[in-house]
Amino acid sequence: MKHPGMTNKVYNISNDVFNWSEDNFNRVSEIIKKYPNSRQQSAVIPLLDLAQRQNAGWLSKTAIEKVAETLSMSYIRVLEVATFYSMFNLEPVGENFVQICRTTPCWLRGSDKLTKVAKEVSNSKLGETSTDNKFTIVEVECLGACCNAPMVQINDDYFEDLDEENFRKILIDLKNNKSINKGSQIGRQTSHPKRGNDA
Amino acid sequence: MPTITIDNKKVEFENGMTVMQACELAGAEIPRFCYHEKLSIAGNCRMCLVEMEKAPKPIASCAMPAGDGMVIKTNSDTVQKARKGVMEFLLINHPLDCPICDQGGECDLQDQALHYGFDKSRYEENKRAVKNKHMGPLVSTIMTRCIHCTRCVRFSTEVAGVDDLGLLGRGENAEITTYLEKTIESELSGNVIDLCPVGALTSKPYAFKSRPWELTKTETHDVLDGVGSSIRVDTRGKQVLRVLPRINEDTNEEWINDKTRFAIDGLSRQRLDKVYIKNENKLNVADWDTALNKIKDELNKRGKEKTITLSGKFTDAETIIASKFFLDGLGSNLYDCRFDNAQIIHNENESYKFNSSIHEIENADAILLVGSNPRWEASVLNSRIRKAYINNNCKVGVIGPDLDLNYSYTKISNSLIGLNDIKEKKSEFSKIFHNAKNPLIIIGTSAINNSEGASVLKLCADIAKKLPNYSSTFNPLNILNQDISRVGSLELGFVNKYFDKNFEENIKENVKINKPVIFLLGLDEIDPKNLEQAFVVYIGHHGDLNAQHADIILPSPAYTEKTSTFMNIEGRVIQTSRCHNPLGEAKEEWKIFRVLSDLMNCDLKFNNLNDVRKYLVDNNKNFLQILECNNTSNLSFASPEAITEHTIAYNITNFYMNDSISRSSETMANCTNEILNKEKAS
Repeated sequence: MKHPGMTNKVYNISNDVFNWSEDNFNRVSEIIKKYPNSRQQSAVIPLLDLAQRQNAGWLSKTAIEKVAETLSMSYIRVLEVATFYSMFNLEPVGENFVQICRTTPCWLRGSDKLTKVAKEVSNSKLGETSTDNKFTIVEVECLGACCNAPMVQINDDYFEDLDEENFRKILIDLKNNKSINKGSQIGRQTSHPKRGNDA
Repeated sequence: MPTITIDNKKVEFENGMTVMQACELAGAEIPRFCYHEKLSIAGNCRMCLVEMEKAPKPIASCAMPAGDGMVIKTNSDTVQKARKGVMEFLLINHPLDCPICDQGGECDLQDQALHYGFDKSRYEENKRAVKNKHMGPLVSTIMTRCIHCTRCVRFSTEVAGVDDLGLLGRGENAEITTYLEKTIESELSGNVIDLCPVGALTSKPYAFKSRPWELTKTETHDVLDGVGSSIRVDTRGKQVLRVLPRINEDTNEEWINDKTRFAIDGLSRQRLDKVYIKNENKLNVADWDTALNKIKDELNKRGKEKTITLSGKFTDAETIIASKFFLDGLGSNLYDCRFDNAQIIHNENESYKFNSSIHEIENADAILLVGSNPRWEASVLNSRIRKAYINNNCKVGVIGPDLDLNYSYTKISNSLIGLNDIKEKKSEFSKIFHNAKNPLIIIGTSAINNSEGASVLKLCADIAKKLPNYSSTFNPLNILNQDISRVGSLELGFVNKYFDKNFEENIKENVKINKPVIFLLGLDEIDPKNLEQAFVVYIGHHGDLNAQHADIILPSPAYTEKTSTFMNIEGRVIQTSRCHNPLGEAKEEWKIFRVLSDLMNCDLKFNNLNDVRKYLVDNNKNFLQILECNNTSNLSFASPEAITEHTIAYNITNFYMNDSISRSSETMANCTNEILNKEKAS
């Protein structure tokens, strides 16, 4: 299973320098303040997340080193955390990071078809980024929305109750920068039964 | 005391012990990979599973605190089955390359697989393979063999104090590495080789050299720094192939530094194995009789009562006593061992010893380092300071230039003037220091190798005497000598006031006026230009700087080739053992002086090593008890001297190559290039 969050590599693509943006710099101090004195290193996960958001969805070598310097940690300690959690991507990803759930409930409800659609629309292989840099498609294990299977996660949002048709539309809309509906695609409220209250 | 039942046997244990420790008290051996006494508990190998009554499943005994009334079984069927299961999982991804693995024959996994392993594998999928990592010139890695016990990570973080190693990824993808495969920058890095329970981290210089059962193992002591670590030397024929630490809680715990471990290839390079006589500016091979007779002629010609003997870094007490009595017989007392110009207070052995003992560092809560870089001067001692820093939040103050220590410290001043500040209790640190319960002063030779040296010692003694933990039984004043020979030589009175204050200058003057015969006992640390007009007899084992300028070279055995006595910095008597016969024609120094004494009618009466040692003990009772040190606490030389400005410069510039053995070592040269000069490995 190829996934940019499941690699132990660390590198820069060019000679980028990572510095906290002004907004994020303020947020860094807000985040660190939440932790007790001499326990500031606990902020490493929120800071890595912040750095990943600022750095187009992935953590470069300089981003990891910046986080380490911000928290006075050694580089290897931060890298250990970044490689442990698959939510931290260590390779560049496209604008839309599409994680298709393939665990049993979603698979029974047709996740294979979703993967096929995603490959077609993005014209890329699993685990790779499309040439237009719009998509990175990966398969993942259970994301915990089984009752609305099949589902995918695109960046921070869940898209549930998918089929080939509506999923294709979502991806094409994303490709054309159109707005899309999050959550259930059949109007289901949270995880209520499909037909409302008559079940 | 609480009791625990282990395999139907009741034992008492101390609160805070783990189940595994309690099992060991009961004599039950528990297999383990990740657990190590000196490291924090990880509990991730699961090999130490035992059965606990009322627990639904086996427990990891290394991580479970022992409780009163627990009933443990270490040998039941469940336990056996659980351990077999763990072993099967460990072996799934472990390669079957024992025949080409350097750990073969001394591998924890191999041994335990014999007890708990199956004879065939049920695993049909592909085994994983992991890329090898570069970790520097000393540690070679075959990462496919790694079982992720994380001992190496915990060692480098906790003991060595360098956050270099880490475990990346998780599960199937977990791998041990340094950040971007940088070199481990620690002088204790070799210990990860011993800690690794499998063959993932092995010794690079020793790679494919030998099998453990082919080696002759000799228990002895290290002489390359002042600590005198307990080591085991493995030899094959006349070659020392490796050095491993032995456990000695008083000195080195379980660790040794990289120089001790890896400088041994220097023992087979640049060696002096024949007698040489200089003829028309060229050293020619000669025989012992000619050389000794020539020395006799020169002694008579140049005036035997002017003879000087200077000792070097590795001179043992037997040599010191033999050469001292020889010189006394000639009517000269011009002998000394303080080639680095470190000052002492004469007849005060507290002025050159590590009085508090190395073990006491663990209890310290404030340490003042005066002109000392313990990381380079005594690395295993430095790991104790780090231990105090971690366990007791020990505050460290430094008088001297900035240092790269593996604990945080307060810089007081670059020059000795900072001592005045400590005396007057002005600065923040000096208040902490004086209010501490267990403060220690550690003086390096870099602080006392100048004309102010004696005043520094007196002032520090004065400060020490006013510390709360000073008593007639505890002396917080410590002098950290860098050489194994120093304390023993000073104990035996191998010192002359004539050489006080400026050692090199005094020799230069003396040589210019007297043109004497000078015996150098393996001393390479002085400028040969100052000796030009003298007749230099070099007795040593390495063709280093001064041997090249000598008029006669007499070969002597290195520390692995003779049994000799030393005193470490604490004054602890240690005895080294002969690991193999001396190279070439080398003869023990005491034998050389014995023959010379016959030629010069000096009346030395010893005829064998036991006689020499009898001389030794008669001369100084402190040599009587091996591995003991009798330290006193009087500090009668204390006086509140005023210190004038004197900037400190540390006298070790290269940890890896600062004696004749390590200067001849290729491994140490590689370390210098890669670790100190940061050159990329080829």
